[in-house]
Amino acid sequence: MNHWITLPTLIPAFTAVVLLLGARLELATQRSISVLSTLALIGVSFALVWQAASGDYVAYELGNWPAPFGIVLVLDRLSALMVLLTALVGLPALLYAVHGWDTKGKNFHALFQFQLMGLNGAFLTGDIFNLFVFFEILLIASYGLILHGGGERRVRAGMHYVVFNLTGSAFFVVALGVIYGAFGTLNMADLALRVPQADPTQEAILRAGALLLLVVFSVKAALLPLYFWLPRAYGSASAPVAALFAIMTKVGVYSILRVYTLVFPGTVPMLDGLPAKILFPIALVTLAIAMIGVVGARSFRRVVAYLVIASVGTLLAVIALFSQEALAAALYYMVHSTLIVAALFLLTELIAEQRGVRDDVLEPSTPVAQPAVLGSLFFVGAVAVAGMPPLSGFLGKIFMLQSSLGTEQLPWLFAVVLGGGLLGFIAMGRAGSVLFWKTEGETASSPASGAAILPVVLLLLLVGTLSFLAEPISAYTNAAAEQLMEPEPYIRAVLDQGGEAP
Amino acid sequence: MTLLLIVLLPLVGALLPAWFIRWGRNQSALAAGVVTGTAFALLLSLSSSVFAGEVPRADWTWMSSIGLSLAFMADGLGYLFAFLILGIGLLVVLYARYYLSEKDPMGRFYAYLLLFMGAMLGVVLADNLIVLLVFWELTSLTSFLLIGYWKHLPEGRQGARMALVVTGGGGLAMLAGFILLGNIAGTYQLSEILQMGEVIQAHDLYAPMLVLVLIGAFTKSAQFPFHFWLPHAMAAPTPVSAYLHSATMVKAGVFLLARLFPALSGTELWFFLVTGAGAATLLFAAYVALTKHDLKGLLAYSTVSHLGMITVLFGIGTAAAAVVGIFHIMNHAAFKASLFMNAGIVDHETGTRDIRRLSGLWAAMPITGVLAIIAAAAMAGVPLFNGFLSKEMFFEQAWALEYQFVEGVPWLLPAIVTLAALFSVAYSIRLVWSVFFGPQAEDLPKPPHDPPFGMLLPVGILAALCIVVGIVPVLVAGPMLAVAATATIGIAPPEYSLTLWHGFNIPLLMTALAFVGGIVAYWKRWAIIGLHEGPLPFPEAKRIFDGTIDRLAAFSHGTTAALENGSLQRYLALLVGAAVVAMGWPFLTGSWSAGPGPGTPLDGMSLVVWAILVGAAVATAALHRRRILALVVVSVVGLMLALAFVHLSAPDLALTQLSVEVVTVVLLLLALHLLPKEGPSEDSIGRKARDVGLAVAAGCAVTAMAWVILTNPVDTISGFHLAESYPGGGGTNVVNVILVDFRGFDTFGEIIVLAIAGLGIYAMIDALGVPDRWKIGSPDDEVRYPLLLTVITRLLLPLALLVSMYLFLRGHNQPGGGFIAGLVTAVALILQYVASGIGWTTDRFVRDYHGAIALGVLAAGATGLGAWLFGYPFLTGWFDYFELPIIGEFELASAVLFDIGVYLTVVAGVLLMLVNMGKIRNASAAAPDAADGEG
Repeated sequence: MNHWITLPTLIPAFTAVVLLLGARLELATQRSISVLSTLALIGVSFALVWQAASGDYVAYELGNWPAPFGIVLVLDRLSALMVLLTALVGLPALLYAVHGWDTKGKNFHALFQFQLMGLNGAFLTGDIFNLFVFFEILLIASYGLILHGGGERRVRAGMHYVVFNLTGSAFFVVALGVIYGAFGTLNMADLALRVPQADPTQEAILRAGALLLLVVFSVKAALLPLYFWLPRAYGSASAPVAALFAIMTKVGVYSILRVYTLVFPGTVPMLDGLPAKILFPIALVTLAIAMIGVVGARSFRRVVAYLVIASVGTLLAVIALFSQEALAAALYYMVHSTLIVAALFLLTELIAEQRGVRDDVLEPSTPVAQPAVLGSLFFVGAVAVAGMPPLSGFLGKIFMLQSSLGTEQLPWLFAVVLGGGLLGFIAMGRAGSVLFWKTEGETASSPASGAAILPVVLLLLLVGTLSFLAEPISAYTNAAAEQLMEPEPYIRAVLDQGGEAP
Repeated sequence: MTLLLIVLLPLVGALLPAWFIRWGRNQSALAAGVVTGTAFALLLSLSSSVFAGEVPRADWTWMSSIGLSLAFMADGLGYLFAFLILGIGLLVVLYARYYLSEKDPMGRFYAYLLLFMGAMLGVVLADNLIVLLVFWELTSLTSFLLIGYWKHLPEGRQGARMALVVTGGGGLAMLAGFILLGNIAGTYQLSEILQMGEVIQAHDLYAPMLVLVLIGAFTKSAQFPFHFWLPHAMAAPTPVSAYLHSATMVKAGVFLLARLFPALSGTELWFFLVTGAGAATLLFAAYVALTKHDLKGLLAYSTVSHLGMITVLFGIGTAAAAVVGIFHIMNHAAFKASLFMNAGIVDHETGTRDIRRLSGLWAAMPITGVLAIIAAAAMAGVPLFNGFLSKEMFFEQAWALEYQFVEGVPWLLPAIVTLAALFSVAYSIRLVWSVFFGPQAEDLPKPPHDPPFGMLLPVGILAALCIVVGIVPVLVAGPMLAVAATATIGIAPPEYSLTLWHGFNIPLLMTALAFVGGIVAYWKRWAIIGLHEGPLPFPEAKRIFDGTIDRLAAFSHGTTAALENGSLQRYLALLVGAAVVAMGWPFLTGSWSAGPGPGTPLDGMSLVVWAILVGAAVATAALHRRRILALVVVSVVGLMLALAFVHLSAPDLALTQLSVEVVTVVLLLLALHLLPKEGPSEDSIGRKARDVGLAVAAGCAVTAMAWVILTNPVDTISGFHLAESYPGGGGTNVVNVILVDFRGFDTFGEIIVLAIAGLGIYAMIDALGVPDRWKIGSPDDEVRYPLLLTVITRLLLPLALLVSMYLFLRGHNQPGGGFIAGLVTAVALILQYVASGIGWTTDRFVRDYHGAIALGVLAAGATGLGAWLFGYPFLTGWFDYFELPIIGEFELASAVLFDIGVYLTVVAGVLLMLVNMGKIRNASAAAPDAADGEG
């Protein structure tokens, strides 16, 4: 029997165990173990994407209990893509961390691996309570990681982060209670069968459960008015942690995608398309406010943190269209925005370190020691994140705007996305000008090593790949969107024979 | 293939000069020149087919889902522009070699320049709207880099940002317009779109699409009211100004008008928008140009004005006017690039560009002077120079206008045109006469002389072209104009005559008026300048722009700070509020009803318990400032809940609740120990009201949901669990079988959560950097432990461990299990810490909680993996019954191994948290010398 689908959770879990048991091992050995594990994850993820690309589903019944009574892991194109994306962001973040950050606190590598486990589990599970469990794993691991490096700023931001998100978790449990109470199951495929058959008297409870879940996922995804914890938390976290967190908001986006195409799709008459109707305006306003935050930010880490929120706003506004084209475009853009934001978080620290006391504050400072290298990387990153051609930000933006053709949301989407784009130009132009051009005095810092720059280059190369190979990649996201819009095969794969026979 | 190469060569070749600079400036310039020259040669190799009317094409699918393919075509229009871009590019490369000083990083300059060249070639050769847009925005980006090339100059940085925002922003509008256009036409293929003019113009979306596309074109070509960025772009090195901001990039806007001419032109809307913007720009910029004292400033506004003229021509919408527009694009490129380079020479050799300081340069720089006169004459439209021809034809078109701006005022446009031409003559005179003639200037920063040959050659070539085209237009420019015009209008162009003499007619009269008036205007220029600087001040675009940006930044900062104000309480209120809306609104709007489910009879005992629970919850909120007390009260809630579980026949939950409660309270006590005993009083009445309201609303919503659920029983999957627990899971305690078997994966996850929490708290406390002397268990520790407590807890320990063992072992069949047993063990050990101190306890028990946690997770995980050996999925359970003498029948189950893992993790995780929290003393107790120490 094929156990590949368990590996994205089990590899990091067991790696963390080994790292804890081997706490007295040489630092170099620990680092090697951690990096090797993450490399293995990339390999496994590619294998899973390869498998999912064929269009087959894999349903893996843990404990050999038939769905919906046990827990299933489900592989489809979307989950495979998310797992791959996690690994692709994880490796550069880790490579950056082994350059020194991992010694600035305890248990970094174990926490990092547990974080990867939580992320992968959330993407692969087919059970909504199990999703909650993985939310907890990644929340608590991320809390440990935010604090990594210490200092008052991190402790304060971390406290806000964990209290707010735990409150969100509490509501998650309430929502699960409602859903289980109303439908008697936690398996998402099973829910997908039971929800449309709800009794008319269940209208209110059905809607309440669906909307409360939306609130919970919006906390994770950082939608207005629930994102306020994010700028400070991401802005204070150490660079590799912030880079890894680029994928964290996407867990919320993923959950919305999954649950509102499978469990509460627009086709459920009693829902009356409420989730989409609510999501679209809120996401657009989030995007607008986030771009205002980008322009108003006075340090570059905050610029990037608000760009994270803006990308979520963009994504969810498009996702709220719930058409195959829209989802395909959103998935492509999601990959792009995750990679580029991770790159920028790492790059920001390289720049800030070389600027000296001004750090990342957007005021004139001494020049960086490596203006050509960092300037070029910054330029490429800024072009990508601002959605300028020829990189994937631009392609994704067109892809998304096109997907709204023929919908009545088109004028709103065009206006906000393009207006936000203009604000992006203003902000990135200003930031680049201050960081690299408007300098005073001589540099007092030493250049960063190639090993420290490599992770940024890797991430930008991935963005380049995403742009250059836009044809096959967008074909994949399109196929993934097709699966999402046609959930029957998913449901059948989970419930009918339940994966391969043992 | 050749086409792809032409575009890609400069883009890829941009690396060469940056690399070759290590061997010297000449090598770098040569590399740039070779790259440009090769691309030019490739272009020329296409000449025969282009002039034969063929359209060479290249295509590579990039992203079909958005209709994007790298499709290029070299029709006449694209060929003409590519010719200009590469031809002038070659001259600029040569010129820049001598223009840039030793200090300037030349490799970077040529790299940017080649990138720009490639981008521009992409724009003009594109056969796909999206590709056109890709390269369009790339020209904005490279222009940004080139304007800001001298990064130490604030004007350069600001000019670069302004240009980026205006042209990049225009690109965004154009993006929207193109998507609409592509949607209307059903394709992004330009050559197809150009065939569909009628369909497009009849479409409902034509008007918004046109406006959006035109915003893109106008921003790029600096048309009113987007013109203001161009003069500020002059902070760039002069070769850049000559190349980007006069000859090529700013022409991209008018190129677009030409490119889309067959598809979009000819409607009334097109006329009013395009000709209107063009005419306003033409006149206004010509007037401002006369008043500029900076050579490049004058040329910048003159460029804006000439672009306005070309825009007017395309706006007229007739084929004949479009032909003239194309012709003037060619002519303007030649004379304006030449003039910019000339201005650069003057600046380079004299050290200033201020017309008021320059005078009488003729004596020192005769060659430069001659070249300036030729190009300026072309710009003014003097006969025998190329500018004359296109300007005459322009007058003719303006006169023969089909539409009228204002009904009944047919002379309006001709009047504007003539007036603009008048200013054009005046500033051309000023450019030459004030600089090269008159008394010799005395106080120039540098003694002037003619520049090196390498700088003169490009200027000379362009000036020569002005004359040759002016005299024998048909021979030199005729063929190129013919193919370009054909490609632009899509059909064979109407009759036009490229001759010097058209007889006595209205255009000639307009020319005469312009010349006479122009000379007068030059003569009276100081009056005009005085008017401009005094009573007729034009709004300073830069100040408005900067002010807008500053206000935008301030507004953004303020808005953000107001929203993200750092108050966790507010964020939580928003979260709870959102949840309340999500839960409550459906009940207010949708249908719901209590179901038929039977009610549970209410007995007195329950009533009391529930009342205590509610009372304790309310009291906690009321007493929250007195933290220890609040903790005691809130623990009552937990106890009552445990009772409720007992009452509702859930002994496992009750046990878990109890032990979790104990551990939590200890943990919180440890934490509170480090904090002030009283919370600050920060609650205003308004906030209290808000919080009470939220709490009540949330309570009501949850109650409503609970009510509906409890009264509407549904068929749940737990039926399966109940039925399968013993036969399938080997245990009669369903809760435990669910935990270790049915949903073992959840449990595996949850013990990891506990493990991470332990690790995280350990790391956090470590990161807080608490000094060792603040930690209990340090050598100078003199805490005394109460003897009685110590003795009792030590006696209790084996008992407690026995209980936990008992709970663990019976767990599969009776209330208990690894989780509960772990908590009980943890509590027993904590008691030792409390009663005997950390030092004593640590010495006698496990020291390495990290290792224990890891072993726990490993045990659980390895048990799960074991199933793989037998070909079953992760966590598949196994059990069987065995018979042993004396003991009798007993069960062996993999679930026990799993549960051991749970047990270990729980014990170690909990202790890791508590011990590390407990190690820290209250700061005031640890540092009695602190000012606020209470002892």
